[in-house]
Amino acid sequence: MTKQRKAVALISGGLDSLLAAKVIQEQGIHVEGINFFTGFCVEGHTHAIRQKDRSRPKRNNALWVAEQLGIKLHIVDIIEEYKDVVFNPKHGYGANLNPCLDCKIFMVKKAFEWIEENDFDFIITGEVVGQRPMSQRKDTMPVVARDSGAADRLVRPLSGQNLPVTLPEREGWISRDGLYGFNGRSRKPQMALAKQFGLEDYAQPAGGCCFLTDAQYSVKLADLWKARGEKQYEIDDIMLLKVGRHLRPKPHFKVIISREEGEGNFLHGYRKEYVALSTVSHAGPLALIEGEVDSADIELACQLVARYSQGKAEAQVEMDVRHLDGTHQQVSVKPLSSDAIPQAWYI
Amino acid sequence: MKTVIVDARRLLCPMPVIRVQNQVKELPAGTRVEAICTDPGALNDIPAWCRINGHKLIETRTENNEYIIVVEVVEGD
Ligand code: SF4
Repeated sequence: MTKQRKAVALISGGLDSLLAAKVIQEQGIHVEGINFFTGFCVEGHTHAIRQKDRSRPKRNNALWVAEQLGIKLHIVDIIEEYKDVVFNPKHGYGANLNPCLDCKIFMVKKAFEWIEENDFDFIITGEVVGQRPMSQRKDTMPVVARDSGAADRLVRPLSGQNLPVTLPEREGWISRDGLYGFNGRSRKPQMALAKQFGLEDYAQPAGGCCFLTDAQYSVKLADLWKARGEKQYEIDDIMLLKVGRHLRPKPHFKVIISREEGEGNFLHGYRKEYVALSTVSHAGPLALIEGEVDSADIELACQLVARYSQGKAEAQVEMDVRHLDGTHQQVSVKPLSSDAIPQAWYI
Repeated sequence: MKTVIVDARRLLCPMPVIRVQNQVKELPAGTRVEAICTDPGALNDIPAWCRINGHKLIETRTENNEYIIVVEVVEGD
């Protein structure tokens, strides 16, 4: 009896990885999915935080894709190891702080380690030649195969006919004729293939898979590094960058101000690790101060936060300051007027 | 019956799923895992994870703004 061959598919939750896995499944290969969590994944976070988004049904797209395919999904936390990819990308950043090529190499390398440990035969990704400016070009796709160590055990079923023959094709585990020759940025071939497979309701095609491709998010991350004097972050930092208004009145501190109730609840969870500000006399946001501050800094931050409260037009707003040692202080401040907030404070 | 608590408070998805997944991997069949979460997404994601990976969802409930999901480990392959 011939051996049942096994492949692991990198599942991002988008359409391409779904189709790629399906194409290989159709060829009789046992497929399981792997999904890497870097901390920057767009996956539902702002959704989980922001009140107005909560009414919409929320799902984890990678889990949804696995369920559509009827495959197991292994979700792997790579938060710590991934930092080096973000800090020192050998191939540089894309338009924002997205190190796409190094990221792809890293993920395929992790998948390669996984198949070796779990006795699987090859790796599948949904990459398409020419789809992305950095990581999915005809000249960079072989770099991913080479630098990850996966070499010819890496199969891109959607573009396989445009790429060199891989081991599974050579060995006859899969047929090259059953692969596709997609090329370029058009999404039409993927959509047609999805239709052919009877797939509907898949996640937004080709949407950016992580926050590092987001210009505003990248600005906030770069600001964090600048303020700390080095490229560095913890998971809480990168979660907080997704939430609220961020303003930096002085180089040594910034203020994170909730924009609505859901964000306020989320920031509330962090109130013990930061100096936390809330309005007492009027309804208003919850804010956190990041950085080491003295009483003058706290007063300035309070004036700033009061500006976003219902009392913004009043002469005085009462605020509660929760210090890091757990003590509370009441202060009364005059809210800053909007023209007293320089544009440069907004991150 | 043994129940292991997974404290996934404050974690955003998919971290609660990862915590449950990694705990389940260490446990024999029949053990229960009770995940305590604050991200409501866990109410969808952990049951979906159970269906995909063949584990049994015992119950989901909400208590004081926390979401509790109980899973029973089923013998895997
Ligand atoms: S968008 Fe983000 S997750 Fe996707 S390849 Fe680029 S860096 Fe990696």
